[in-house]
Amino acid sequence: MAEKKPLIKELTKGIIKENPVLCLVLGTCPTLAVTTGVSSALGMGVAATVVLVCSNAVISALRKVIPSKVRIPAYITIIAAFVTIVQMIVKAYAPALNDALGVYLPLIVVNCIILGRAEMFASKNKVLPSALDGLGMGIGFTAALFLMGSIREILGAGSWMGISIPVISSNPILIFILPPGGFFVFGMLMAAANKLNSKPVKKAEEVGCAACPMHDSCGKIAEGKECAE
Amino acid sequence: MEEKLIVSASPHIRAKTTTTNIMLDVIIALMPAVVASIIIFGFRALMIIADTVLVAVLAEFLSRKVMKRENTVTDLSAVVTGLLLALNLPVGINPIFAAFGSVVAIVVVKQMFGGIGNNFVNPALAARIILLSSFPTAMTTWAKPFWFREGAVDAVTTATPLAMYANGETTSLSDLFLGTTGGCLGETCALALIIGGAYLMIRRVISPVIPLTYIGTVAIMSLIFGQDILFQLLSGGLLLGAIFMATDYTTSPINTKGKVVFAIGCGVLTFLIRNFANLPEGVSFSILIMNILVPLIERATNPRPFGEKESKNA
Repeated sequence: MAEKKPLIKELTKGIIKENPVLCLVLGTCPTLAVTTGVSSALGMGVAATVVLVCSNAVISALRKVIPSKVRIPAYITIIAAFVTIVQMIVKAYAPALNDALGVYLPLIVVNCIILGRAEMFASKNKVLPSALDGLGMGIGFTAALFLMGSIREILGAGSWMGISIPVISSNPILIFILPPGGFFVFGMLMAAANKLNSKPVKKAEEVGCAACPMHDSCGKIAEGKECAE
Repeated sequence: MEEKLIVSASPHIRAKTTTTNIMLDVIIALMPAVVASIIIFGFRALMIIADTVLVAVLAEFLSRKVMKRENTVTDLSAVVTGLLLALNLPVGINPIFAAFGSVVAIVVVKQMFGGIGNNFVNPALAARIILLSSFPTAMTTWAKPFWFREGAVDAVTTATPLAMYANGETTSLSDLFLGTTGGCLGETCALALIIGGAYLMIRRVISPVIPLTYIGTVAIMSLIFGQDILFQLLSGGLLLGAIFMATDYTTSPINTKGKVVFAIGCGVLTFLIRNFANLPEGVSFSILIMNILVPLIERATNPRPFGEKESKNA
């Protein structure tokens, strides 16, 4: 039981607390580019999640074999292998999605989320936590894309998953599927995620001087006085 | 807040200028254009103006309430934004779109950046651009002047003088001066805009530097490229933009040198967009682009304090 709790945390932290798109601000380019529609956003999210889980697991398994000097090229090679597999599968079974994602599907190779998780997590942790971390981050990425895609497609095109919505579809607010609208929705969602994550700021009296970030450099401590604030 | 800014020793001269007074002067200066738009485009023009102004004021009030900040609705700046937005819309626009524009101007462009004095671009112009990219057809369907004598607002349409000019048709200068052409509510009647501008300059609400440099730049560019100068000056949103939009305190440079640079930039961009780009009119985009450049212009034209030596590293 004591072992299990942190594992679940590896999975759930990626969804809101460390959401790769909204809190870590990684993978911004595909986020803005493919969220003009819900289906392409979901496709992108799922493809990236598959690559993320597989590459995290493999990199974690090889973490003691890969020399640290050439680790980035090694990671890229592993990631590229999985992206190629995913791309071939998508091309074979979902050609429409392949067309919708265009260049952004092969560009998963250089997606910051995947490389970032390899560098920050998979290279330092065991296989199972790494795979779960990848899955959590992937779900967080997919959820953020899904939310953005929904908002942008509903307001900007008057449809959802291609199903047209009566009132809005006659007068869609086009700007939402244009780049400025993408940035706007992105900013709004980041603000919402910040609000969700923010905790009430602790007051100095409760924390005490030792926890103050200025503790080491604070002049008042050197003088032997307690800090006033 | 204002009290804290006074740092010198007494006695102080108290000026009667307040934000509310300035805004009231701008509203008075816009009245000729409002009246002209109602005469030319009918009662529907008044409806659009009332719509945007009411929604803007309501949006200002509610957003300050939600953000739990001191309510600034009484400084009339929201009324000015609403008025300016309405004067930048075609008469046939759906009132819901116009209201959406007001909300964008006040909530997104103004209040999200901290309210009056903190917006980085002119709220009314930004809202106009957002409406233009969101509803391109509705925003470029121009009702004919005096359409109400002939039929429904979307049935009797015409092109703007600048769009007609691009197709080789000309518009008479008297039509341009009096405003009996197609276009946005407030931009057609040059006479009303000049009266409003003169009032603002006499009351010293705006300095003449920006409008005159802006209009002068367009005139010189027209001369260089062999265009009809008066036509370029009187058509489109140039006068409305130069007098009322480019002179916005928050989004234009503080000192005269900066103002000249800013206005020349606006003029050059306007002329380039009008004559060499896909769009028939470019006043809104030029002012918006220059608004964004204002911090850089300010830095470049910041006067050197007397006696300060130029540092070698700068």
